Amino acid sequence: MQEILDATIENIAVSQRANLEVFSGTLQHLAQTDRDIIVVTSDSRGSGKLVPFGQKFPEQIIEVGIAEQNLVGVSAGLASAGKKVFAVSPACFLTARALEQIKNDVAYSNNPVKLIGISAGVSYGALGSTHHSLHDFAVLRTINNIIVVAPADNFETEQAILLAAESNIPVYIRFGKKQMPLLSEDEKTFGFGKGRIVREGSDITIIGTGETVAPALLAAEKLEREYNVSAAVVSMHTIKPLDYDLLQNIAAAGQPVLTVEEHSIYGGLGEACASFLIQHNFHNRFKIMGIPDEYTVTGSQTEIFNHYGISEGGIAAAALGLVR
Amino acid sequence: MLKVMSEKELTQKSVEYRKKILKYIYQAKAGHTGGSLSCIDILNVLYNYTMHVDADHFDSPDRDRYIQSKGHTVEALYVVLASRGFFPESDLDTLCKYQSHYIGHPTRKVHGVEQNTGALGHGLSLSVGTAIAGKLDKRDYRVFTVLGDGELPEGSNWEAALSAAHYKLDNLCAILDKNTLQISGPTSAVCNTDPVDEKFEAFGWAVRNVDGHDMGALMAAFDALPFEKGKPSLIIAHTVKGKGVSYMENQLKWHHGVPDPKQYADAIQELDLLEETLS
Repeated sequence: MQEILDATIENIAVSQRANLEVFSGTLQHLAQTDRDIIVVTSDSRGSGKLVPFGQKFPEQIIEVGIAEQNLVGVSAGLASAGKKVFAVSPACFLTARALEQIKNDVAYSNNPVKLIGISAGVSYGALGSTHHSLHDFAVLRTINNIIVVAPADNFETEQAILLAAESNIPVYIRFGKKQMPLLSEDEKTFGFGKGRIVREGSDITIIGTGETVAPALLAAEKLEREYNVSAAVVSMHTIKPLDYDLLQNIAAAGQPVLTVEEHSIYGGLGEACASFLIQHNFHNRFKIMGIPDEYTVTGSQTEIFNHYGISEGGIAAAALGLVR
Repeated sequence: MLKVMSEKELTQKSVEYRKKILKYIYQAKAGHTGGSLSCIDILNVLYNYTMHVDADHFDSPDRDRYIQSKGHTVEALYVVLASRGFFPESDLDTLCKYQSHYIGHPTRKVHGVEQNTGALGHGLSLSVGTAIAGKLDKRDYRVFTVLGDGELPEGSNWEAALSAAHYKLDNLCAILDKNTLQISGPTSAVCNTDPVDEKFEAFGWAVRNVDGHDMGALMAAFDALPFEKGKPSLIIAHTVKGKGVSYMENQLKWHHGVPDPKQYADAIQELDLLEETLS
């Protein structure tokens, strides 16, 4: 089953790259014409695919060594002096070890640093919980003055980086290192806080974010093909601010809502949606999928996804449970 | 533009500042008294002698930057900024009041404040980033930050100290307000950081020790910046917590003690007497 899933994802991923690759390519493109683009890394030049950037723009990359608190503090100082700073570090360290610097030096002081959490979620699957970031949505949602983004595909990643570069408030963008499919070729608008409907449907809406949108889309196709269930799929790439208008429209249709995220089931996309719905008197059937509150299983990102049902079959089964 | 004060004027100004610090803490019934009195002479020399910054051109990219890492002694910063015309001094009547921008730690909502600080161990990294930007842009501004000796155990300071030397930031000057006391007791007993000069030297900094209440010594130290080309500078200012009010000096309880009416009157009387001898 897993081989089949992998094969399916690979099929629709033809010619697509990892979001990480798109990120580093976009930065190089920006730096060609903008000397104020500065990358700050904590020994993450290699894992951030930033070696070519460093070779082309040696004066625009600053290495602080493995010191995430300093990474964020230095980035805030640079941003306060007008630099467009991309602070790049594995999402797990960036948002846990340097959380106070994010809260105070970036968000509270409004130094518009672009925080880039690489190898997010369970991308470092087999390396274990030290290297997982299943807390970042939750902690950053509680911090005022920061945009939180998990792009689903190459298009969203490129757009998010371009928008972040010009943003005058802080942005956190997280993604993994696996090849991602192009989700929707005809949709060419992108804005922070504006979810994208990547598949229309009338029986249920599956709201994914980041790298869970691809399996959600596969699940929707399976539901149509095998169960005659019509599922809409939304890429809610911006966790904060959440697209309340879109949520309102989804909820008003009265159909069940299923959320899927590469994050703890606590405090992330699902609970953000649930909070909105219940406070606006919507009583749609509702379920949150994510990583449960337990000692997380190890394995590759795909294996962990499969283990917790964040897969074509698992998401389809959860959706069927809601519509029937 | 900055009207550079003489040593005598600075000495007189410090007494005035001390009285104002006490006034506003007394009014607000809140504040960090001892540390504000230990660092005020440093801020006085920075803002009235050394730094190129003024209220009318605070948005200038070439201004010298001051980032207060020991944010809790914000009363010292407020009285200095008010005297330099960043805001009317009467604003300080709202210190720590409901909805006032003049809160117990620096915020950018107050004109003249560069960064929101207060959590300890943040100022040096912010200063490093700002100093790197100055080098990248080939601007001549300098970055100053006042650290407390109590906050030095925060590991982020040492991360920042490493990168400041790594990037040869001779446009960065940290001033350590070494008053040797923190909320729980003597800094040497809580977590000893001595010999702090040797530690920073080993990290690649150029270090000088000065009497942090000697205006002439502070002026000379700032005039000598950078102490070494290609190195960040550290001025270790040996100070007295509660300096200027005899019953407060070196007394732990004045870390954030607030004087009662009698104590306030006694303190002002002592400073008034000192003011008379200086005029």
